[in-house]
Amino acid sequence: MADVTFTVDGKKLTAPAGTLLIDACRKAGIEIPAFCYYPGLSLQAACRMCVVRQEKVPKLQTACTTQVAEGQVFITESPEIAEARKGTIELLLGNHPLDCPVCDAGGECELQDMTFKYGAGESLYAEAKQHREEQQWSPAVFYDRPRCILCYRCTRMCGEGMDVWALGVQSRGVRSVITPNGGDRLDCEQCGMCIDVCPVGALTSGSYRYKTRPWEMKHVSTVCTHCADGCRVTLGVRQIDGDAVIIRSDNRDKGGINGDFLCAKGRFGFDFVESRERLSTPMVRNAAGKLEPATWAQALAAAASKLKEIRETRGGASIGVIGSNRTTNEENYLLQKFARTVLHTNNIDHARSTDYAAFARALAGHKDKTASLRDIAAAPAILLVGGNPTEEHPLLAWILRTNVRLNKARLYIANSQSIKLERQAKAVQGLPPNGYKDLTSILDRNDSDFAKAVMAEESLVVIFGSDFRGQGVEDLVAWGLKRGPNPDSVRFAIVGDHSNSRGAADMGLFPDLLPGYVPVTEPGAFAEYPGLPAAPGKTLPEMFAAAGKGDLGALLVVGANPVGKQGMDAAALKNTFVVVQDLFLTETAALADAVFPAASLYEKAGTVTSTYGDLQLVKKAADRAGVKPDFEILVRLAEEMGADVKALVPFGKGGVSADLGQSRGAQAGEADRHAVWLAAQGLEPRLSPLDPLAVLDEIERLVPGYTLDRINLLSGNDVRTELGAAQGRSASSSDGAGLIVPAHDSLFTSATLGRYSFALKDLERHQTQAVTESAAD
Amino acid sequence: MSSETMSIFSPRLAARFDALVAKYPVKRSALVPMLLYAQDEIGYLSDAVIAEVAERIGITELDVRNVATYYSMLRFKPAGKYNIQVCTNISCMLRGGYDILDRFQKELGVGHKGITSDGVFSLEEVECIGACCWAPAIQVNYDFHDELKPELVPGILEGYRAKAGFPGDGSTSLGRKAEGKAPHA
Repeated sequence: MADVTFTVDGKKLTAPAGTLLIDACRKAGIEIPAFCYYPGLSLQAACRMCVVRQEKVPKLQTACTTQVAEGQVFITESPEIAEARKGTIELLLGNHPLDCPVCDAGGECELQDMTFKYGAGESLYAEAKQHREEQQWSPAVFYDRPRCILCYRCTRMCGEGMDVWALGVQSRGVRSVITPNGGDRLDCEQCGMCIDVCPVGALTSGSYRYKTRPWEMKHVSTVCTHCADGCRVTLGVRQIDGDAVIIRSDNRDKGGINGDFLCAKGRFGFDFVESRERLSTPMVRNAAGKLEPATWAQALAAAASKLKEIRETRGGASIGVIGSNRTTNEENYLLQKFARTVLHTNNIDHARSTDYAAFARALAGHKDKTASLRDIAAAPAILLVGGNPTEEHPLLAWILRTNVRLNKARLYIANSQSIKLERQAKAVQGLPPNGYKDLTSILDRNDSDFAKAVMAEESLVVIFGSDFRGQGVEDLVAWGLKRGPNPDSVRFAIVGDHSNSRGAADMGLFPDLLPGYVPVTEPGAFAEYPGLPAAPGKTLPEMFAAAGKGDLGALLVVGANPVGKQGMDAAALKNTFVVVQDLFLTETAALADAVFPAASLYEKAGTVTSTYGDLQLVKKAADRAGVKPDFEILVRLAEEMGADVKALVPFGKGGVSADLGQSRGAQAGEADRHAVWLAAQGLEPRLSPLDPLAVLDEIERLVPGYTLDRINLLSGNDVRTELGAAQGRSASSSDGAGLIVPAHDSLFTSATLGRYSFALKDLERHQTQAVTESAAD
Repeated sequence: MSSETMSIFSPRLAARFDALVAKYPVKRSALVPMLLYAQDEIGYLSDAVIAEVAERIGITELDVRNVATYYSMLRFKPAGKYNIQVCTNISCMLRGGYDILDRFQKELGVGHKGITSDGVFSLEEVECIGACCWAPAIQVNYDFHDELKPELVPGILEGYRAKAGFPGDGSTSLGRKAEGKAPHA
């Protein structure tokens, strides 16, 4: 709409006509207080805090519902307005308990802040406060009725935002309370968004309540480790017995791609970090065949000497390496570089949850055809093929719902089952199971309403997941690329399962592909890698087959559980020397000859790439005695094997090098923080071989598609990456379609991590109960 | 839903509901009248009533409860067969409404929101029932009794108690109106 000019507190402001005054003011740096107003949700105009004086209008107006027009004059702070707001607060405090000293929200409470600002410290209300007992609605959500100020943010967030509609308001006047759909229990997706938007301490989190005060935590903004969507989480960390322990996980900083959103896993599923079953000391198998605790030096020496021996006696081809879907890009890159240049093997693979390699192959030679999550959030039309984002990719579901609700985007769904997002869809096309290959012909025939609507779209984002593999991906992409010359005519997003599945693929954890999907057979590729084997190596099942035949001397497994998760035969590893780096003693780790306790994603620094190609900085939040990041374990292993660490991690320039850097204590991560600062200043030296950013430099230099917007990345934003092969190379890969095993994690499961999260198990139990109860009715 | 086979309401009311949900541009506009008619027939808004109304309108039970709990005249527990509502708002109060209420309490042995042990009467103190000109007034189900004096109370109770003895006496308002009786006593 056309811009209009109006005056606020004597300042001339300009905004499109029809903008809400409160938004226009906030954009111009004029803060107008509000409890009920929440950006992106419907207007409630219930709290009367945002009242302002508008010239020539007899009564104070609510800024949250006033649309700006040409020539209006407003005053947002005056004794009259302060008096009105003070009166509102006084009424709110009429029944609000003054239990701030023990309230979870104390210190980050909007009512407290407003009372402080407008000074309604005294009450004229002498009657006894109406007290009611607190209620527990689910393992995650508690409701303290008298603290509630009835702003309706939670009901709107739950309904409009989450499309769950589990919260309502019942009774009236002073008796009004928020009520969950199950009477006294909450039957919902347990996302905890209601807790996040609550301006006071009425809704509190089961995992955080009464644990600490907000100001006693250090708040670290990092990336969630659970699914591939790449939500930013804020971890509240406190020093307890020398460890930095995560006390809370929420979405306090709201600066990520996820905006307001965070799901149950991101919010409550961090407790695996503190699981009693976490490994905290290296272990080595003794002469009696039992795993027993060892020092780092002993375990590193044992693993390194054996790996070296096998490499020298049986050759690199007899060593296998299995990488992880949840370690950082730097760790994945380092792992494949370690495998290829130190172990001299191309036998490297990971548990593939979707076919990124085929996607890269299909898009080879086409630039700017992938859709980042921000592209999806702004897309006018989206074709979602297969999958169930509400369960498996909660952020994608949120982005799609929000785009439909706020921008009137058109969502088209083709699926073999009925999914919840159909409620937002403009048209739905049912497909038989395994019928996805027919989708393009259905669309090309253009004889159904669905096909006609999709074909009429000028600009389309196509989102698909593991239902498409190999040739299927190539056919779908080829169909899309025919859609015309408009650069925005089509973009694609492929949906994988784990927090860095995309990074694992992009960083070349493939037997036949180098980082950036460059074939190992391509002449001159990664020429600077010393001793890079030229022939493709073995895939994960092939490694186990070789082990079964006695042809695999050693297997290095980093953050993966092929025996427990991919159903590989444990007996095959009988005569193989197995080294495992992991958080827990998984089925695979239990078979190992040397086990190293690894740090989780919340305990290290680096970067991860979401399944949409958005690269984000991971920051170290927690700190735990005994564990080391996989990055450090690999560097130390390489050093112990006598490899040239400087060739592996390009640290130190012109002979400058520092010590290995402290991994624990007050100075933990110092080298990393220093490097972040240096880089932000345009300065260079990476002083430590344990500095992941030194490897990020090399990734940016060597990996096609990873040209990064550094300043944006280092200031905490998500930056776009491209699929390597899309940069004009012609990628080729053996058909890996048969190797894809989707995880199908639900809202409360998260592969291996979920097995060690009490909070998620508790929520799952609560929801299963809710389902059986309503089924019995 | 097929109101013939599944409904907890009488066929007549079920048919009325079928018409009602089709009457408004938005289905949920029918919610409040449906709740009132359902309460008249069933006596209160039971869980089953709420579930069926929600299903007929296509909203959640939570939505129905959000609306229903707002209105003080909608009940979630059974009332007596005759629900006596005594007005103590200003006109009635000035003309002795509280004396009437006291007398009812004494006669019935129950207080505000109380229900007699035989289930025949329940008592409520209510705000204005729109009979100020004939204050003090009470409303028994949908019948009005006005210009009352405390000594008239036993007679009123006697009348209803006698009626309660007869089965099928049309004690609910719908039945009453169908019989065409005058609203005033």
